[in-house]
Parts: sequence; structure tokens; C-alpha cells
Amino acid sequence: MSDSDFVRGLAAIGLRDRPLAGGKGASLGELTGAGFRVPPGYVVTTLAFERALQALHPGGAAGEIRRDVERLSSDDHAGITRVTAAIRERIEAAPLPAGLRGAIEDHYRRLCAPAGDRPVAVRSSTTSEDGADASFAGLQDTYLWVRGPAAVADHIRRCWASLYSVESVTYRRRLGLPEEPLAMGVVVQRMVDPRCSGVMFTRSPTTGDRSVVCVEASWGVGSAIVSGDVTPDIYVVSKVTGEIIKRAVAAKLHQHRMAADGSGIRTQEVPAHLQTRACLGDDEVHALARIARRIEEHYGTPQDIEWAISADSDDLPQVPAEERIFLLQSRPETVWANRDAAPVAVPRRKAFDHVLDALGKGFSS
Amino acid sequence: MEPTGGAPSFPLPSQITDVPGAEGWRSMYAYFTRFQPEDDQRFWFYNSMHFPEPMPAFDTLTAEIPYTAIGANTARVFVFPTTLGIEHRIVNGRVYITAIPVTDPAEIERRAAIFTERAGYYYENWDQLYARWKDRMDGLISDIEAIKVPALPEFDDPAVVTESKGIAQNHYVRENFHRCIDLYSKMWHHHTEFLMLGYGAYVVFFEFCKKAFPEIPDQSVARMVAGIDVIMYRPDDELRRLAALAVECGVDDLFAEGCDPTEVFSALRSRGEGGARWLAGFEQAREPWFNVSTGDGFYHHHLSWNEDLTVPFAALPRYVAMVRAGKPASRPTEALRAERDRIAAEYRDLLGSDEERAAYDQMLGLCRVVFPYVEDHKFYCEHWFTTRFFQRIRQFGELLARQGVLGEAGDIFHLHHTEVDQALSDVMLAWAAGGTPLGAGHFQPLVAERKRMLEVLRDWSPPPALGPMPEALNDPAVRMLWGVTAQTLEAWSQASDAIDENEVHGYGASSGVVEGVARVLRDVNDIGEIREGEILICPVTAPSWGPVFGKIKAAVSDIGGTMSHAAIIAREYGMPAVVGTGQATKRIKTGQLVRVDGDRGVVRIIG
Repeated sequence: MSDSDFVRGLAAIGLRDRPLAGGKGASLGELTGAGFRVPPGYVVTTLAFERALQALHPGGAAGEIRRDVERLSSDDHAGITRVTAAIRERIEAAPLPAGLRGAIEDHYRRLCAPAGDRPVAVRSSTTSEDGADASFAGLQDTYLWVRGPAAVADHIRRCWASLYSVESVTYRRRLGLPEEPLAMGVVVQRMVDPRCSGVMFTRSPTTGDRSVVCVEASWGVGSAIVSGDVTPDIYVVSKVTGEIIKRAVAAKLHQHRMAADGSGIRTQEVPAHLQTRACLGDDEVHALARIARRIEEHYGTPQDIEWAISADSDDLPQVPAEERIFLLQSRPETVWANRDAAPVAVPRRKAFDHVLDALGKGFSS
Repeated sequence: MEPTGGAPSFPLPSQITDVPGAEGWRSMYAYFTRFQPEDDQRFWFYNSMHFPEPMPAFDTLTAEIPYTAIGANTARVFVFPTTLGIEHRIVNGRVYITAIPVTDPAEIERRAAIFTERAGYYYENWDQLYARWKDRMDGLISDIEAIKVPALPEFDDPAVVTESKGIAQNHYVRENFHRCIDLYSKMWHHHTEFLMLGYGAYVVFFEFCKKAFPEIPDQSVARMVAGIDVIMYRPDDELRRLAALAVECGVDDLFAEGCDPTEVFSALRSRGEGGARWLAGFEQAREPWFNVSTGDGFYHHHLSWNEDLTVPFAALPRYVAMVRAGKPASRPTEALRAERDRIAAEYRDLLGSDEERAAYDQMLGLCRVVFPYVEDHKFYCEHWFTTRFFQRIRQFGELLARQGVLGEAGDIFHLHHTEVDQALSDVMLAWAAGGTPLGAGHFQPLVAERKRMLEVLRDWSPPPALGPMPEALNDPAVRMLWGVTAQTLEAWSQASDAIDENEVHGYGASSGVVEGVARVLRDVNDIGEIREGEILICPVTAPSWGPVFGKIKAAVSDIGGTMSHAAIIAREYGMPAVVGTGQATKRIKTGQLVRVDGDRGVVRIIG
């Protein structure tokens, strides 16, 4: 096994590499390859995860952890809590196998070059095909502003361990999913310090409308939106006409920002003068919507996308909006995709039969 | 607003009190337009779209006859299953209307069987029937143009003797007056012949789009069906052509902001061949295109461009400047058509299945079939025909003034048409007898009092709606034409206990956000006053204002749906528009700085 089996640059990964890179890594690699602006980075592959699991069992019984998990019953909350805590502790405590550690450090240095230890984001990337990763996406499996090779290695192990979080395991046991094919990749990317960030959907999350892009945005890191700490600004943009057809600028009282001493993400109050100010300019809303459409077109299905606008670019107002935007994630929209209902109307013998029907029963308003 | 039993409602008709100083308003209107005690049980809304001003007595005909015709067509001719006709009432000079719904399922079913057959026949043969409609309308316009008002000279025409006609011309005073009314009535029957079926097709497509794309702006649906070669745009197109002609003839310097038509004409006459060429072009353009009304054809005093050239002359300077700047003055019809088709095609692609796409094709296809009528009938009916109609009535006014019954010709519009009948009888009798008509003492004080009352009534702010909230709004015309939906009612009821003094809410009819100085126009005849860069605030926008839209930054109206012609024109000019606010002309004053948000449908007073 070579280095590139354990660690691989995002540019060398595509959607088909999901078993190797996990969902998030494959998607970011795919976006990178398709020319979208993704912060540069690499993926610690599922082979590295397998290798680390094996290293926990010098006898080579990598399947032991998986068997332990499969034996758990989804209603046995106490059992799940006890067993997964032990697993996580083992994964987090074990040093990285030597070859693996070298490869990871090597890629980290290359990512930082020519500067010294740059801050990176360390993000878990599971191979599960269902919505489990989406459902439990959030803070527990993404670590921001990680700096230095030792800290990076540390957080990679934490990401691995998060595959065995109580929520995640309970979910898998409830669905009776097999553990064997499940593995965890980890994405390490250069950190973007966002002025503002958010999510966008290429169909309306509230109505399922496929003709619009809905953008939610707030100051600072996007985790503030995901965790519900802030009511974001909301924009609805027509894919067809490009018009912003709805805009709601919220009072954004809180933001997630890196602490000044670099010790981690803190929830801060938004300065008063920014609270009710729109955090996106119209040019940025339009640029986000255009990007969202291109991503949707690339994948061929509605997408749920995370993005950020770099704070550095504030100094460069001449930079076009499109170049200030970074993409942090894109995954297929699942809620409405599973809910597509009966057709709104079906063809009739004569076109005017539609009108006769409707006028025959009146319009509900 | 007095809430009754907690449910949202509007003031009751019986709670409306007479405007002080105009307590005699009832004398102007027929008994059948009065609110009855039992009318408190029904929902009514102020039809400020067609009747934004207090009604002069004669002009009530423009409510009476259209409602006679539209109800006949929906209730009796095509037998719409869920709606009968529209009833109207007048209070303090304002016209309130309501549609009578059919709610009994058995009754709906019985009517639906007849409706399907009859409406199906019209849809099936639409193009052919519409071609016939246009011929008929041309015929009605020729007929009204041919009507002569007898001059009643001392001795009748010798031809009465030499051709042994046997009927003296005083007979034709009444016959020709009645003929005007009768032709007006026929025009309205034809007007409403296709109207509801046309709007029905649109509403069905609209509902489909709203279900398939819940976030789609109303205006995007409108853009997909809008015609490109719409006759209502012709007057505007003619103006653009005249602007180009002015530059070509070297007389463009005469068309400056605020120019006076009379002065321009006299200057043109001294400009040799160029001036003569432009005047010839102008004469050619004005018939029939300048018969477009400054208003919507519902008031005698909403003059046509031909009668009041200030509106076209308010628009000409801008078009001339465009031509000078080398910008094409004509509408980019090919680009507009391509954009319309692109929008329709993209929404089609976004549909979920081929089945839906097939249904969409049918509905959109039908809309495109019916829309030439929906968009063009107004020019024939409310503009060209109605301009001629009011001109003829004014000529009868001239007769009455010559005979001493009225002080001036225009006073005829302060008499109900049944009173005009009496005045004409008076004149016919006096001419025959060689005596003097007796009407002066009877009618002149009456007219003076009515003119005074109308001025008083003008300042009354009518509530947008009266009575309890309706359970259903089944009438496609009410939805389409007046933009009255459940949302409208909610906005209206909220408006009466307005939360933010500085905000007026309506419907975004054309997107974008701009700030500018407000110009509030309560009277459509003042449209010529609008100046470059202002924001128009008006009770209702009229199609003939199109050219003036080039000068303004945004348009705001008290009433109107997203399919109102003005909304379409605003979209075409790419300026923000908020319609159906119910309150804008009341809450905003000329000179105030306002922000118009055509995306959210909000107008904010900012200074």
C-alpha cells in the first residue's frame, strides 16, 4: 500500500471514489475537479481508517469493533452508550500507525507551504449511502482552526471515533444497517475565515419548489445556522429569471467566530450595527444562486450546499463576487426527493378540459 | 374596523354614513344601486380599479351596462357552474361590487353540464369566433361613429319632404340617443362574451404554476403568457415612431420636457417641409391609435389622447432623447418574445415528469390562444368605442346647452341617462311646439349641486371592503381582474389597523427596489404632470399610461392584480411596481421620499 492509498489530494478524487473518500470527501473532490472553488485540501482515506482499526487489534481482528456494534439493540441506550464510549476512547487514544502518520504530516506540510502551520478544517466523511451522515452532520464531526501536525492527527482520530457516536450508532441499529461496509474518511482543508457563510438549496426547503435557489446566510461560521444559534437572512432566487423574489433580513444576534487566541470557535454577539444589516450584497446572492445552479446541473439532482465568503476578500472589493465564494459541501437534497408526490396535473383529451374542470368546481383560495 | 364575534371583517354597508355636505348623493343614482339592509350579510369590495373616483350621474352607466352584460354572459349564456353575475351598489359616490356564488353541489353539477357544452364550443372554435368578434366590434365602432345628433334648425331638411320621409328630425333626438346607449350595451355584451372564458384559462394555468412552483412570482406566470404584438402597445409604439420621425425631420428640438402641444404645433407649422412631414405623420398615427383613453374608459372626463394631447406629449421628449442617443426607440419585440419563450421553456424543463409537461403544454397553449382577446379587447371596447360613445353623448350635451336646458355641454354627464331622456323630450317638445324648453330651471340647479357634491365626495376615503369575509372567491374575474384573493383580504383587513405608519403593503408586480420622490395622482387626467424620475402613486394604473412609464422610477397603485396591463408594462420597462396596496394614495403625499420594494410588495415612506 502506498501513501496515495492513505492520503489523496481533493483534485484527484471524484464521486466514484466514495468508498475510498467517504461522501463529503468524494463530493468536495468532485466539486474541485469540476472547477468549483473549494478550499484546497486532501482526504485521509477509508483505507487509512481500516489500517487504524486493524492497529487496535494487533492480532488482525479488525472486525471485532464492528461485531460489537452489530450486537447492540437500538433500544438498549445504556448498552450503546457504554460500548461506543469504549470504542471511541480506544480509537482516540491509539497513536497513528507509523506509515500513516508520515503520509498525513507530509500532506499537511504541502497544504501549508510556503507558510508554516496554517489552520485547517478537519471534517469527517462517512461512506454510508443513507442520510445518516446528513442527519448527524454538525459540530461533532467537523473541527475548525486546527493547527500543526500533532493537532491534525489528533482530530483525524476524533473524526474516526465520531463514527461510533451514540446518535450515529443508534440510528444505524434502528435501521439494522450492516457495519462491515461502513468506514470513515477525513477531509483536511485549508481554513477559510468567513465574513459570512451559510447554506443554500437548489429547491425550496419549505415548499420543495424546484424553480428557486434558497440561500440562508449569517455572519461568521455556518455552524451558527446549523446549530440554530441564529436566524439567518433568507433569499429566494428564481432560477429562471435570476430575480431575487424574496428577501428576509433577520436580526442576527449571534455569530460563531474563532476566538482571538485561536483556542476555538466561540459564540459571540454580533456588533449592534451589523445585526439587522444584510450580510450579503445582491451581487453575492446572484453569484451564489448561479453557482448553486451549476452544481445542481453538474450532479443532475437538487443539492444542499454549504458555502462561505472569505473575510480576507473584504480588502479586495474589486474581486468579483463569484471569486469570494468558497464551497464547503454539496450533497443531494433528501427531504423533498423522497416526497415527490402525484403530478400536479395530467394531460386531458382537450386542452380546455382543464379549464372546464376547474371552473366546474370553483377555485380554492 | 369593528370586529364582530372575533372573526375578521370589514365595516358593514349599513355602518357607512353620509359624507357631510354631500348628504344628497342618492339623488344622482338609480334606486337599484342602493345598499339594502340584507346586504350587510354579504362581502363587498370597492371597485377602485374601474371606479377610482366618485361617480358623476351619467357615468353610472359604465357600471350598470357592463354588469348587465357580464352577468348575462356568466349566469345565463355560458352558465358558469360556481358563479352567477356581479352585483353593484353605490354609496357616497363609490361603486362596491360582489359576485353571487353558487354553492349547492347539485346546482353546480346541473349548471356544469350546460357550461361544459357551451364553453367547450367557444374554446374549440376560439380563433374563428374571435375573428368574427373583431368584425362585429369594427361594425359597432362604425355605427357609433355614424350617429348624428339632430341640429334642430328652424326648418327641417327639405329632404324630409322630397324623399317623403315623413319623420321630422326631433324624433331622431331620442332615437339616436337611445341608439348610443344601445350600441354601448351591445359593445359590453361583446366585451364580456369572451372575457370570463379568457380569464378562466389564465387562472387555470396560474393555479397549475403555483402548485408546481409554489414560489413562482405571479409576474413570471404573467410573462409566460403575455402577448408581444399587443394592440394596447400600439399607441406607445406610434409615439416611439413619431419621436424617430421628429429627429429625422429635424424638428426634435421642439420636444423638450414640459413642452406644450399647442405651442409645438404652431412652431411646427413654421418649420417648412420637416414640420409638415411630422404633422402628416402625426395625423396618420392618431387615427385610430390616439383614441386610447387617458383613463380606462369608465369616466366621461377621462379624455382620449386625441382630446388631451398632454399625455402623449409628456412621453415624447424621452423617446426623442432616446433616438438622439442612438438607442432604438422601438420596442425590442424579438428579444421580448425570445425571453418570454425562454422563461416558459425553463419552467417546463423544471417540471417533474413528462406527464406534467404535457398538461403544462396544453394549458399554456390554451392561454396563448385566448390571450390576444384578453389583451386586445380593451383597445376596441374601453378605448376606441368608448371614446366615440362619450363624444356622441357630449354632442347631445351641446344640443341641450344650445337649447338652454344646460349651462354647458359637459353638464349632461351630471344627469342620469334616464334624466337625459327627460331633458331630450323637453327639447323635442319645445322644438315641435315652437316654445321654450323648461329644463333650465329644473336641471341647472341640480347640476350645480351635483358638481359641488362630487367635489366633497372626492375627499372621502372608501374602505377597501365591506361586510363579512367571504368563504370562497369563486369568481375568476374577481381574482384575475381585481387581484382579490384571500391574501388581498388579509392585507386589506390588516391595513385598517396598520402596524407601521410608514409602510404600505401590496403585491410585488414587478421586481426591484428603488427610492424616489412620490407623485400622488388621485385624478388620472393629471398623469401629464408626472416628471422624470418620480415615483407614481395612483388609485389604479391605466394601460394608456404606458408611455409615461418610461419617465418614472416605480409605480404604486391602490388596486390591481399582477395581470393588470400596468403591471405588465412595468415589467416590460423593468421598473419596480407594487399593486393592490389599498391605501397608498391615502398614506403617501406628493413630495415624500419613498422606497418601493417590488420584490416584497412594500412601499416605505423614508422622508
